[in-house]
Amino acid sequence: MNHKELLEKMLLIRAFDEKVNELYAEGKVHGTAHFYVGQEAVAVGVISALREGDVITSTHRGHGHAIAFGLDIDRMAAELLGKASGYCHGKGGSMHIADVKAGMLGANGIVGGSMGIACGAGWAFRRRGEEKVAVCFFGDGAVQEGIFNEALNLAAIWDLPVVFVCENNQYAMSKSVKTAFDTDTLSGRASGYGMPGVTVDGMSLLEVHEVASEAAELARRGGGPTLIEAITYRYLGHSKSDANLYRTREEIQQWRKRDPIAHFASELEKRGELQKDEWRELEHAARERIEEAFEKASEQPEPEPESALEDVYA
Amino acid sequence: MPRDITYREAVREAMTQAMREDDSVFLMGEDVGVYGGAFGVSRGMIEEFGEERVVDTPLSEAGFVGLCIGTSLMGMRPIAEIQFSDFITHCMDQLVNQAAKLRYMFGGEAEVPLVLRTPGGAGTGAAAQHSQSLEDWFIHVPGLKVVMPSTPYDAKGLLLASLDDPNPVIFYEHKLLYNKKGDVPEEQYRIPVGEARISREGEDVTVVAAGLVHHHALEAADALSGEGVEAEVVDLRTLSPMDHETVRGSVEKTGKLVVVEEDVKTAGWGAEVISRIVESESFYALDRAPARVAGADTPIPYNKNLEAFIRPSPEKVIEAVRKLLDVKVGVYS
Ligand SMILES: Cc1ncc(C[n+]2csc(CCOP(=O)(O)OP(=O)(O)O)c2C)c(N)n1
Repeated sequence: MNHKELLEKMLLIRAFDEKVNELYAEGKVHGTAHFYVGQEAVAVGVISALREGDVITSTHRGHGHAIAFGLDIDRMAAELLGKASGYCHGKGGSMHIADVKAGMLGANGIVGGSMGIACGAGWAFRRRGEEKVAVCFFGDGAVQEGIFNEALNLAAIWDLPVVFVCENNQYAMSKSVKTAFDTDTLSGRASGYGMPGVTVDGMSLLEVHEVASEAAELARRGGGPTLIEAITYRYLGHSKSDANLYRTREEIQQWRKRDPIAHFASELEKRGELQKDEWRELEHAARERIEEAFEKASEQPEPEPESALEDVYA
Repeated sequence: MPRDITYREAVREAMTQAMREDDSVFLMGEDVGVYGGAFGVSRGMIEEFGEERVVDTPLSEAGFVGLCIGTSLMGMRPIAEIQFSDFITHCMDQLVNQAAKLRYMFGGEAEVPLVLRTPGGAGTGAAAQHSQSLEDWFIHVPGLKVVMPSTPYDAKGLLLASLDDPNPVIFYEHKLLYNKKGDVPEEQYRIPVGEARISREGEDVTVVAAGLVHHHALEAADALSGEGVEAEVVDLRTLSPMDHETVRGSVEKTGKLVVVEEDVKTAGWGAEVISRIVESESFYALDRAPARVAGADTPIPYNKNLEAFIRPSPEKVIEAVRKLLDVKVGVYS
């Protein structure tokens, strides 16, 4: 595991979503988008624990998962601008970026919508005797949905190689976990299904990586699913428009002090794996890369209007 | 040599043959294993294929249909059984927002070859939550196909074709058809999804139907024949995509159209059949206003007489045709 590369991934995710936020504000991107800023350690920590051939399912807040999984920034940028060269040829946008062949089974605009799909990927691996793992990312909001119960139970009874990663970023839109749940942890639910559950500091890449590696190994060996709850925070609004009426500026500031990128960078500095302030250079490079991607994307052709009628059926 | 088997056996035979041939095909649903499914369709299959391929699920329609969708993205060929079609509400999101949409919203870069089998329809005295005909919901969702065979022969051929189809297919069986017998060849054959069939030729009126009520239409046509009226009966077999061409051809010949459908009348698929005629050149071939025989706009009641009162029947079809022929409307009469 190359720590510097993981740091670069986190920086790329942050630069990407900060750029998209900016483009929305300028009216250059339409529709909606949900930003991953603040949660980078979860996607990168978990996905760095995966191997070739493993798959993930993602959510409406999916840019971070996609970048961490290795999707091409240029094609992601093109998709956000609705271009023919985007991952979905302009038909999906922010909430539906996917690369099914590569194992990224899709962002999903329905909260909890991909939990069954992840179980299906796990089912396919188990049936074929492949030692592979499906990671299912979802938010605390999805834990409130009915399919959470069904998916976790199915994965548990059939020992499916699925790692459920709940990104508890404290809010489902404006709904605080404090009022949505009457329990201290969400990982505690795991015991009700007979699977291991663990709560981890989602602002710490190394800690996330460690629990994800353990869960993935367990799943690979036929030991079934694990529920990981990563405690994290989204810095920006729920989606492009959000006046933060449900939380205080102080609260946001408190969480920002635990920034996963700064935290990891200083850890690497301490270990001598990174020069002092080198991460600022990496940050600059990430921003350049993102600028370039959106610039290139903006020059790409629009899809033909008639293409709207294609791909309804195979 | 005709080989008469039941509709139930025809469905089972299609599944069994597909599963023998392709290891990625499996059946998943509630009580489909040793119990054999609520209507006995999969009886005996678990003995041949084991519980890894004939999979009993907990009561989790959203969960296991979602799981099936996931396996289809991974290249498998799942058959999900929903015990009664009414329970499809529990996996509505999986069908409408996931199965139907993934391919399109991923820009054509994925396929979801899911087959979801489910028994629909009334006539069993099972009341409002175990008797509905909700197929119209899915006709209204681009990305899904909806199949509704009325004979054992079509059930087998359409199920095998549905299993070949790279798209999600909702396969409607009918509880009252399961025991119906018909000639079904043992070897495999396919009936293309989206092709209607003229099941009885006639010159005087076109009767379009599907599923159980297709047999009402045929019965009515036989009775009407005694009165000197020769009805042409079209069995749609697939509701989406709908074979409007076959309907048009028949209507242009007869000039009269009656649709027979088991779902409730309002916004039922019969309205679509008629609209397509009315908005096309075939409109000018009509010499009567089209008519519909459909379920009443009510839930299905429990009492047998009440249930019969609101459902289509051969008698209601006969009456509708007689009425249509009686009325003198339009410039051509
Ligand atoms: C079934 C469903 N209900 C509501 C929404 C609207 N919605 C989109 S995201 C969201 C909050 C989701 O919260 P969570 O799962 O915690 O993820 P987060 O946004 O915090 O990443 C809501 C209510 C939706 N997309 N799908």
